[in-house]
Amino acid sequence: MEKYVYINDRPVLWEEEINILELARKAHIDIPTFCYHSDLSVYGACRLCMVEVEGRGLVTSCSTQPFEGMRVKTHTEQVLKLRKTIVEMLLANHDQNCPQCSRATDCKLRDISNRLNIGKVRFRQTREFKSVDLGSDCLVRDPNKCVLCGDCVRFCDEIQSIGAIDFAGRGLEVNVASAYGKSLAQVDCVNCGQCAAVCPTGAIVVKSDIPQAWTAIHDPSKTVVAQIAPAVRVALGEMFGLAANDMTTGKMVAAMKIIGFDQVYDTSFAADLTVVEEANEFIARKSKGGKLPIFTSCCPAWVKFAEQSFPSLLDNLSSCRSPQQMFGAIAKERLPKLLKVDKKDLVVVSIMPCTAKKYECKRPEFTREDGIPDVDIALTTQEIGRMIKEAGIDFESVEPESFDLPMGFATGAGVIFGNSGGVSEAVLRYAADKFNIPVPENIVLQEVRGVSGLREATLADGNLKIAVVHGLRNARELCDKIVAGEAEYDIVEVMACPGGCTGGAGQPIVLTHKQRRDRTTTLYHADRTMPMHRAQDNPFIHELYDELLIEPNSHKAHELLHTAYRHRKRIDDDELSISTGDAKDRCQIRVCVGTSCYLRGSQDILAKTLQLVEENAWGNYFDIAATFCSEKCDKGPNVTVGDKVIHRAELAHIKQLITEEAARRVK
Amino acid sequence: MSTQYSAAHSFNKVMEILDRYDRSENKIIPILQAVQEEYRYLPQEVLTFIATSLGVSPARLYGVATFYSHFSLEPKGKHIIKMCDGTACHVRGSSKVIDAIRDRLKLSAKKITTDDMMYTFETVSCLGACGLAPVLVVDDEIHGQITPEQALALIDKIDAEEKENA
Repeated sequence: MEKYVYINDRPVLWEEEINILELARKAHIDIPTFCYHSDLSVYGACRLCMVEVEGRGLVTSCSTQPFEGMRVKTHTEQVLKLRKTIVEMLLANHDQNCPQCSRATDCKLRDISNRLNIGKVRFRQTREFKSVDLGSDCLVRDPNKCVLCGDCVRFCDEIQSIGAIDFAGRGLEVNVASAYGKSLAQVDCVNCGQCAAVCPTGAIVVKSDIPQAWTAIHDPSKTVVAQIAPAVRVALGEMFGLAANDMTTGKMVAAMKIIGFDQVYDTSFAADLTVVEEANEFIARKSKGGKLPIFTSCCPAWVKFAEQSFPSLLDNLSSCRSPQQMFGAIAKERLPKLLKVDKKDLVVVSIMPCTAKKYECKRPEFTREDGIPDVDIALTTQEIGRMIKEAGIDFESVEPESFDLPMGFATGAGVIFGNSGGVSEAVLRYAADKFNIPVPENIVLQEVRGVSGLREATLADGNLKIAVVHGLRNARELCDKIVAGEAEYDIVEVMACPGGCTGGAGQPIVLTHKQRRDRTTTLYHADRTMPMHRAQDNPFIHELYDELLIEPNSHKAHELLHTAYRHRKRIDDDELSISTGDAKDRCQIRVCVGTSCYLRGSQDILAKTLQLVEENAWGNYFDIAATFCSEKCDKGPNVTVGDKVIHRAELAHIKQLITEEAARRVK
Repeated sequence: MSTQYSAAHSFNKVMEILDRYDRSENKIIPILQAVQEEYRYLPQEVLTFIATSLGVSPARLYGVATFYSHFSLEPKGKHIIKMCDGTACHVRGSSKVIDAIRDRLKLSAKKITTDDMMYTFETVSCLGACGLAPVLVVDDEIHGQITPEQALALIDKIDAEEKENA
């Protein structure tokens, strides 16, 4: 039996829709809302989506289930009046310097207030000005533009499982904040930027590095080269009204040459290089019994997340740098000679779909001893789009040009890196012969493609198990299983952003699901139309090995293309000082009370340690602190006494060490 | 107990509190109440510690702690004075009492603790004792139908006692 709901007196077939709002969309009525996102939980905070239901009065359409025969009116006098009042109240407290706002053209508040024909705002401002968070390398948070819809808070918690930001305060004081009102740079934010991507206004935006880019371009002594990540080419066109499936690669290169970039290269070239290095690293681990699964390490948000949350898995991460950083290292090594320029005058600008790349290029390990960073400036797709506009380039009409050689030549393997599953597929194409994986003629490995948050594939007669995850909550759940020994894989690909890099937060603001799908499809099409599909076929990669790197995973390759990871605290103060002495030469005692050490009895060790110190009045000789995680969770409880790190600590042993340290000092 | 080890004892107490409430996310509020009782406020590093122990994000815990006016992230004075400014108390003249106390202690809506850490004065929304409006609470003792003069007399009394004990 078909069920119907009447929206504005017209029958609408009710199938799977969980709320009136979705049903109304099916009936081609776009009910305004800030806080409803189909991927996130229903929140009902903004109250904009109010409709009138016969017999019930005003209800929020996002959180009201339809029933058979329900009669809904979406624009009664009362509904329209109410919506206007809500938007007016939001505007009264909104920083309205719209012309200076980077979200001016895609702001939902501006759009909705326009749609609702709001003229004069009848209310005065009641909230006080709050300071803007400029601390992060990637994002800027401006609470004065916040409409408190909570989209960012829910994305960070529900999709990424981080919860770096949440609502704080109450009533007039309520605001979205990091813990203790700190800057995003000081807390566990991984810089994925999805908060900015879902923000309906300019309350969280990508930090602009456009001025630095212009300065470099305008400096005649500098040679400015660009690398463009694969995912950029399938989204940049959106900023110029071109359909999402327009391949804008050639136009993009041309526009950037007009802007003044001296050379324009393709990060996909470095992705090909990543494939060769990472596949060889994997093959070595697999054949020599090294740490498995190998986790991909291209995504800087995932890397920071792992460093914060899964210290015990850090040895599993591929030591390969991301394509951005591989490109930077090779560029700074080779281009000075090739382009006849001083290394200090060479500026590498990367164009990325990603906000976290700004943080990645500033990691200290990617600046070499001479103080020159491998990548100088990381811009997002949004920013290069804005630069093209600033330069007045008619993007739609510009005639396409090709990437420069040698670092502009890539195979399809490097291009599909932009999609979730792409890295795995590229590595498989490389390693197919080695593992006897049958590769279809069109070289498409359907097993790792798709949209679901966790995809698993078993290949090579069960010899090769692969997992592909995107979204950090999915990654966390998978890692928990791996740590607990409940799941085993050979390769795990992790991308922090849903959909992979094509869904990155540096891309133009996504308005529809179709837009996301089109980007993914277009990138796969790009692979199809390229002459080569396997990284090992790229002649310029061969040339690079011949001239510089010798062979995959060589000493030189390790110096330029590999890196190491370290455990990172979630918040800069997550160590709890318990007792501090005042003697000059004090011994530091750290007892880990993280979950796995706690379960193994670290709490008892800490309590007894304190007791021992107190009973003997040794307090002045020791600084005692409780910490979380000294990285070796599998060897807990972990205790540090002075410079000794003790794994599987036992009380008697710790007591003995402390007594020795004290005896030395009492003398 | 010497002051040198007081932090250690407080920390042991936090561990006890966490254990008593099963380290359960559902018991955030009673845990924070008990911890605040121990420290008289919620120190930042202790909050981070609790968040990690409970498996919630520090930002979420900070949100809970800032939502309820009962919780304080700043150290509080030795004596805590609370004036109800709910509707009933407000219409029966709480503002005058509030002004008088702030004037006397040189405090404001933003600055609620005296420099010598002797007094913290805060307003609360409703104490549920509307029949006694306006209501003042001095160190957990309730004073109904309070006037500005009576309120100042209570502070004088505490001052005198503190002088005597000093």
